[in-house]
Amino acid sequence: MVPSPRGADRRTSRVRPYTLTGGRTQFGHVLLVETFVATVDGPAEQLALTAGDWAERVMPEFRAIVELCRRMRSVAEISALLRMPLGVVRVLISDLADQGRIRVYGTGHGPGGPDRALLERVLSGLRRL
Amino acid sequence: MDFAGFDQQDGLQDWQTERGRAPISTKIVVAGGFGVGKTTFVGAVSEIQPLTTEAVMTQASEALDDLGATPDKITTTVAMDFGRITLEQDLVLYVFGTPGQQRFWFMWDDLVRGAIGAVVLADTRRLADCFPALDYFEGTGLPYTVAVNQFEGTPEYTGEDVREALAVPAHIPVLIIDARKRYSVVEALLSLVAHAMTEQPL
Repeated sequence: MVPSPRGADRRTSRVRPYTLTGGRTQFGHVLLVETFVATVDGPAEQLALTAGDWAERVMPEFRAIVELCRRMRSVAEISALLRMPLGVVRVLISDLADQGRIRVYGTGHGPGGPDRALLERVLSGLRRL
Repeated sequence: MDFAGFDQQDGLQDWQTERGRAPISTKIVVAGGFGVGKTTFVGAVSEIQPLTTEAVMTQASEALDDLGATPDKITTTVAMDFGRITLEQDLVLYVFGTPGQQRFWFMWDDLVRGAIGAVVLADTRRLADCFPALDYFEGTGLPYTVAVNQFEGTPEYTGEDVREALAVPAHIPVLIIDARKRYSVVEALLSLVAHAMTEQPL
């Protein structure tokens, strides 16, 4: 759900991310609000970041996500901490995943929702609180 | 950019630093009208300071024809507060508070995908505010319960009073809770998960 940049929000900080997502609403990765993602460590990344090559070429929004995801984060956490709308964050994460910089871990359960075994675990987890 | 402050403040969980594998991630949605206590509910049980995420929406699909002419009249931002509970190092539960107005339904479709279920939060002074949420969850088949947030100094009703007033079917749990109290919110979550289990095929 990424709207048109036109007049979507008068605050300039908000307009730019819409512009760079180019109005795309389709993404290959399943990115629910609770989906976990993390930055991929690798020679490519270290080279790029220290040499400033990749970091200089890409949008600050991409860099911010890669920085933030040095810890495991959910899509919603990224959106909240970077103050970017959910739809925008999803497209950017999707792009980063395509580039191999972010790994999408998924939710660890099927798309149809939690099964009985998972519900039982949640139940006992809540009882321990 | 430095987010160490955020992690420090809320206590870093072990699973956050283990990037090789992710915990199982699941969620519960809390829906209700404005001022019913969704943020309080989330905050009472979350291990982190509740965070706010925004989704951008167009107000009504039937108005799409006007999009080109008056884009800034029908685009608006909806804020959702959410919290997190690490139940085990490999099991994390998110609790999302979402506005209950009918015009946000498009957003719910996206939000409720894969959810355990929903708690519809109600205020006895404004019961009608939760009608849209009840209608929605009845329609989707997602497991839901009703939790009445008992505000101080308001008349006390029983769960059965509220069930009758809202015409909630007999198999749906209706609880009276205090959204400020952690134990009370945990009880509401337990009730929802238990209810979701009864709706699972054996």
